[in-house]
Amino acid sequence: MTQMPPLVALVGNPNAGKSALFNALTGARQKIANYPGVTVERKSGRATFDDGQPVEMIDLPGAYSLDPDSLDEAVTRDVVLGNLEGHRRPDALVIVLDAGNLDNHLRFALELIAQGLPTVVALNMVDLAERDGLQLDAEKLARALGVPVIETVAVRRRGLAPLMAELERTLKAPRPSVEPVAVSFGAKNQQARDIARSVIVSETAGRQWTRRLDSVLLHPVGGVVILLALLFLMFQAVYGWSEAPIGWIESGFALLSEAITGALPDGLFRSFLTDGVIAGVGSVVVFLPQILILFLFILLLEASGYMTRAAFVMDRVMAAVGLSGHSFIPLLSSFACAIPGIMATRTIMDQKERLATILIAPLMTCSARLPVYTVIIGAFIPSTTVGPGIGLQGLVLFGLYIAGILGAMLAASVIQRFVTQSRTSSFLIEMPRYQWPRLRDIALSLWQRAWVFLRRAGTIIFAATIILWALLSFPKAPEGSGISQVEYSVAGRIADGLEPIVRPIGFNHDIALALIPAMAAREVAVSALATVYAIDAADEDVAASSLGPKLAADWSLATALAFLAWFVFAPQCISTIAVTRRETNGWKWPIFMVTYLFALAYAAAGITYWTARSFGL
Amino acid sequence: MQLDHLPLNRAAVIRAIDWDVLPDQEGHRLRSLGFEPGVTIEALHKGILMWRDPLAVRVGRMTVALRTNVAAAIDCELKP
Repeated sequence: MTQMPPLVALVGNPNAGKSALFNALTGARQKIANYPGVTVERKSGRATFDDGQPVEMIDLPGAYSLDPDSLDEAVTRDVVLGNLEGHRRPDALVIVLDAGNLDNHLRFALELIAQGLPTVVALNMVDLAERDGLQLDAEKLARALGVPVIETVAVRRRGLAPLMAELERTLKAPRPSVEPVAVSFGAKNQQARDIARSVIVSETAGRQWTRRLDSVLLHPVGGVVILLALLFLMFQAVYGWSEAPIGWIESGFALLSEAITGALPDGLFRSFLTDGVIAGVGSVVVFLPQILILFLFILLLEASGYMTRAAFVMDRVMAAVGLSGHSFIPLLSSFACAIPGIMATRTIMDQKERLATILIAPLMTCSARLPVYTVIIGAFIPSTTVGPGIGLQGLVLFGLYIAGILGAMLAASVIQRFVTQSRTSSFLIEMPRYQWPRLRDIALSLWQRAWVFLRRAGTIIFAATIILWALLSFPKAPEGSGISQVEYSVAGRIADGLEPIVRPIGFNHDIALALIPAMAAREVAVSALATVYAIDAADEDVAASSLGPKLAADWSLATALAFLAWFVFAPQCISTIAVTRRETNGWKWPIFMVTYLFALAYAAAGITYWTARSFGL
Repeated sequence: MQLDHLPLNRAAVIRAIDWDVLPDQEGHRLRSLGFEPGVTIEALHKGILMWRDPLAVRVGRMTVALRTNVAAAIDCELKP
């Protein structure tokens, strides 16, 4: 143990500026992993004392008390109390307090100090408090709490050196250990408020930015208009700004593939690298720009304090299907990709609502469906206009998004009623003050998201694409037999078995075949169809443009529409299933999810097909 | 007067909270957010579009969003 650097935990209420302080203290040298046994993200980093001694810092999830309401809060309690198996107890705590919110934050601080660990208090965001007309006496607060108090402004890196120096002193000369004293909740609250009042030096009405902004952003009508405009801008950006970077990534992978084709002799190994690894991983990495743009917006909205306002505005709509404003943010993220969306459900306090949100997240039209939609719409829907500036193709695409949302709403109300049997949802949330997002913190979070995504592409998706490549490549079709490799492969044979099942919903053998690789990532369906139709194209764009006419000649419109309907609902992405398993700690819910989504997809495709047929399409 | 009927932008003091009608979790969270008898609060915003739900309420120096069913359990008195 003596070799290990001391472990210091940053702990405090949500919105106390804890993460900003953590970033300021540890810089970019952070590690993200999960706490042992739970799926809560563990952020740790290194800092050094003046004498060069390293110290390990962890950023504990924000909490209101040691009596947890959510998964995140339970982790904070377990780490502070040393009850989390496989995780050592911190050697010291840094309690982060929002200077502008002492009445509410001090109670938790008192609870933490009572644990008897060496403790330093960071009185954070003193600048914001001053802006709001509040002046505090830090020394008086230190005397009242019995632990050192350092004023900090994490986002401006103010007070960091004194904080580290005090931490070093505290670690070297620990307080005499105190037995934790049980004090009633009410008494502690009273004590907290008394202290908060006593340390106020002066209190004047400052500029109340938050109040003024709220009167616009929470306006019964204006607030809705602004939120919708923001969402519109966000989706425009996700699809508009990402075009160029996606092109670069695609050409990068194409160059790599060419280089390998040139350098290696034709054979199994080359096919493995180009058709398996590069094609598979590449088809997922191309979504990185879209995911980063979406995350950029989400991080900005979160850091500025707007996100809880969006939840406020959406709460009533979500309540109609048994959810609440809390579910809005995860579902919004799911439009980029269900995986970050499902991970974002961790902040939902109500476990039933959290589960329902996870189960419907795959119904939000993620960016991976877009290539499939684009090909089919391009091939079958005439590019005519149905009104001024409204194209039929765009309208169909919009309709597919709406179908996903309506499906999700329907699923949510059925799930909340019959599966989780949740009687009521709840919405009770602190709305933080508005602040300017710090570019540094946003950039760091964005980089961390990108890294997590790429690491997943390099592991799970990598493995899945190898398996699919093998299924499509073996056994080898006899030379000169005229049988295509795809048909002869294991995947082709599985498609034979699948065909009778999907025949009633209008799918042919080629679609059955395309559905198998689409399990790894939906967009692979496009390249799979391209392979089946013997089109030799290096990238999806070319495949798509020449694939369209072939499909239009080969499929009936009813089949094409059924295929679209299928993709609105089908749970075709192994990564989503994997992340659901991880987040729900077992196979029960992912199996339920896959089953209900397949059933929905099958029904929707069937209904679409037969309705279209009855109209003679 | 119940919190959900409080006029906007008028300071009030919480007289009593009926913890029994609140689900445990919500009562617990409400306490953690600083709702207690004797505390000064102020209703700031009420609902969107045609709904009068949820509410944004100022508690101490903090703004909290809550639904009217929870607010109905909080009895307040307008400050003179």
